[in-house]
Amino acid sequence: MLIEVRNLVKRYGTHLAVDHLSFTVEKGQIYGFLGPNGAGKSTTMNIMTGYLGATEGEVLINGHNILEEPEEAKKCIGYLPEMPPLYLEMRVREYMDFAAELKKIPKKERKSAVEQAMKMVKLTDVENRLIKNLSKGYKQRVGLAQAILGFPEIIILDEPTVGLDPKQIIEIRELIRELAKKHTVILSSHILAEIQEVCDYIMIISGGKLVASDTPENLEKLLEGQRSVEILAKGTEDKVRMILKSIPEVKSADVKPGEEGGTTKASVIPTENQDIRENVFRAFAGADCPLLMLYHSRTTLEEVFLELTQKESAAVEQSRTKSDVEELWDEEELYEGEEESGDDGDL
Amino acid sequence: MTAIYKRELKSYFQSMTGYVLTAFMVVFTGIYFMAYNLNSGYPYFSYVLLSINYILIIIVPLLTMRSFAEERKSRTDQMLLSAPVSLTEVVLGKYLAMITVFAVPCVIFCTFPLIIKSFGTAYLKVDYLSILMFFLMGCVYISIGMFLSSLTESQIIAAVTTFGALLLVYLWGGLTQFLPTSKTSGMIGMVILLTIVAAVIYQMTKNWMISGIVEVIGVAIVVALSFVKAELFENLLVNLMEKLYITEVFENIAVNRLFDVSGLVMYLTVIAVFVFFTMQSIQKRRWS
Repeated sequence: MLIEVRNLVKRYGTHLAVDHLSFTVEKGQIYGFLGPNGAGKSTTMNIMTGYLGATEGEVLINGHNILEEPEEAKKCIGYLPEMPPLYLEMRVREYMDFAAELKKIPKKERKSAVEQAMKMVKLTDVENRLIKNLSKGYKQRVGLAQAILGFPEIIILDEPTVGLDPKQIIEIRELIRELAKKHTVILSSHILAEIQEVCDYIMIISGGKLVASDTPENLEKLLEGQRSVEILAKGTEDKVRMILKSIPEVKSADVKPGEEGGTTKASVIPTENQDIRENVFRAFAGADCPLLMLYHSRTTLEEVFLELTQKESAAVEQSRTKSDVEELWDEEELYEGEEESGDDGDL
Repeated sequence: MTAIYKRELKSYFQSMTGYVLTAFMVVFTGIYFMAYNLNSGYPYFSYVLLSINYILIIIVPLLTMRSFAEERKSRTDQMLLSAPVSLTEVVLGKYLAMITVFAVPCVIFCTFPLIIKSFGTAYLKVDYLSILMFFLMGCVYISIGMFLSSLTESQIIAAVTTFGALLLVYLWGGLTQFLPTSKTSGMIGMVILLTIVAAVIYQMTKNWMISGIVEVIGVAIVVALSFVKAELFENLLVNLMEKLYITEVFENIAVNRLFDVSGLVMYLTVIAVFVFFTMQSIQKRRWS
C-alpha cells in the first residue's frame, strides 16, 4: 500500500472542508479525485503532501507518517498544486536547478534529472526564458516538470489541465499515461471527461466526504438498476400506449409526442432488471407500428456523479444549487482558462 | 537550506533590491563620513554609524517585506513546505540570505576606518566593534521584519508594520522615560503584564484553566510582595523596559566605547526568539 489516508478531518473555523475521509492508494495506477468546486480535493491533496496539517486523522506515505517523518514521506512525492508554485523572476533552467536542489537530489544526478524532466514535458526550448514571460500553458508545464523532477514514486497533480488549450490537454494526458507506467499518479479535476479518460480508479468527493470510489466501469454499473428502453415509433400516442400495455414485462412508460410529426417517443421501464428490447420489438411488429429507434439508455458516469454529488451537496451545503453543479459540465469549461480563486485552496 | 539560501540571495541581486539598498546605505554613510570625519576631522567612524542608525528603520522593512509575504501570495510556499526540507531550514535559509544582503554594506563600511587611519590616528578597535554591533542590530531588526512578513500576504502591510515596530524600537529609550515610577504604578504595570501573559497562554492553549491559574498566582505574588517588600515596585517598570532598549547596546559601543557583552547576548536572544516566532506563525497557518 503506497498511501493510506485514515479518517482525515480538516476544519477551517466552523467550516468542515474534509469530513472523515479514508482511502488507500495502491502502486502503479492512475487515481482520479473528482468532485465539484469546493469539495475538498485541493485540501486533501495539500494535507497528503504535508503543506497543511489535518485537524484529525493521519496520512501514511509508503509507511511514513507525513507528520512524524516528513522528510522521508515528502521525498516520495512530487506535487503540482492548483497554482503552479513558480518564482516568476527566475529562468526556467534556474528554477529547475533550484527545485532539484530543494528536493535533495544528489549533486551528480541533478543535471540529468533536470534535463530528463524538461525533455519529458517539452520545456527544453524555453529553458533560458524568464518564467514570468511564459504563457499559461508553459507555466503549467514548468510546474509539472518540477513535480516529476527526480521521478518520485507518487506524483500528485491538482487540476493539471486547467487553463490549457485542447492540444496541450491531450499532451498532458499522454504524459500522465506515460508517467503511470512507472509511477503512481493521483490527479484531481472537476471535469469528468478528463478523469474518465485517463484514470484507472475514480474517487468521487463531495462535501469533504468520499461518496464513491471504484473503477469507472463499476461506477457506471451503480445506477444500472434503473435502465430504461427508449423508443421512437411512427404512430399516435394512444396507439403506442396501447401496444406498450400489451407487453407484460413493462412496468411503466413515459409517452410523449416525438419531434417529427406523426411520431411518438417513449421511455419504457421494465418490471425487473431485464432486457425487454426484443419483447418491445415483437409487440410493435405485431401491431404493424414501425419502430424508428430503439435503444437501451446507458447510465453514464456523468449521471452517477451528479446523482452522488447532488445528494451530498444538498444535505451538506444548501448553497450549492443544481445549476451550479451542472455548470461544471459545460463543454467550454474544458477549454477555458478559468481561474478558481474562491476554491478550497484558500486559507 | 543551501538551496533556499542561494535562491533568495540570487533573487535579491536579480531584482535590484540588493544593489539599490547597498548603494543607498553606502552613499548615505559616505555623506555623513565626509561631513564628520573628513570635514570636521573627528577620528571615530562609530560616530557616523550612530548618526545613520535611523536609516535602518527605512532599509530593513524594504529588505524583509517580501520574504514570506510574497511567497505566500504567489503560493510558492507550497513548493517549499511540500519539499523534503524542514521548516527550520526554510526560515533560516531566508534569514541568512537577508542578513547576507545586509552584510554587504557593512563590509564596505570596514574600509572607512582605514581611510581615517591614512590621515592620522584611528581607533580601529572601537570602530570595528561598532560596525559589528551595527550589523548585529540590523540582524535583530531583520528578524523582527521577517516575523511581521510571515504574518501577512501583503508586502505593503509587512513593510508598514515593520516600519512601525522598528520606530518603536528606535524610540524605546525616550518612551521609557514617560513611564510612571511610583510603587502603585509598578504594581499595576505588573498586573497588566501578567494579564497579557495569561491572554497569550490562552491564545496558544485555548485552556481557561491554565491561563486563569497563571493570572491568579501572579496577582497573588504581586499582592504578597507589595506587603512584604513594597520598595521592589519602585521604578520597576522603567527598569524592566530599559532592559529591552535594543539600540542602547549599539550606542554603548559607539558613544561610550563600552563593549556590552550582556547586550550581545540580548541581540542573539532576540534574533532567536523572532526566528522561532516566524516558524510558529507559519506552523499556525498550516494548522488552522
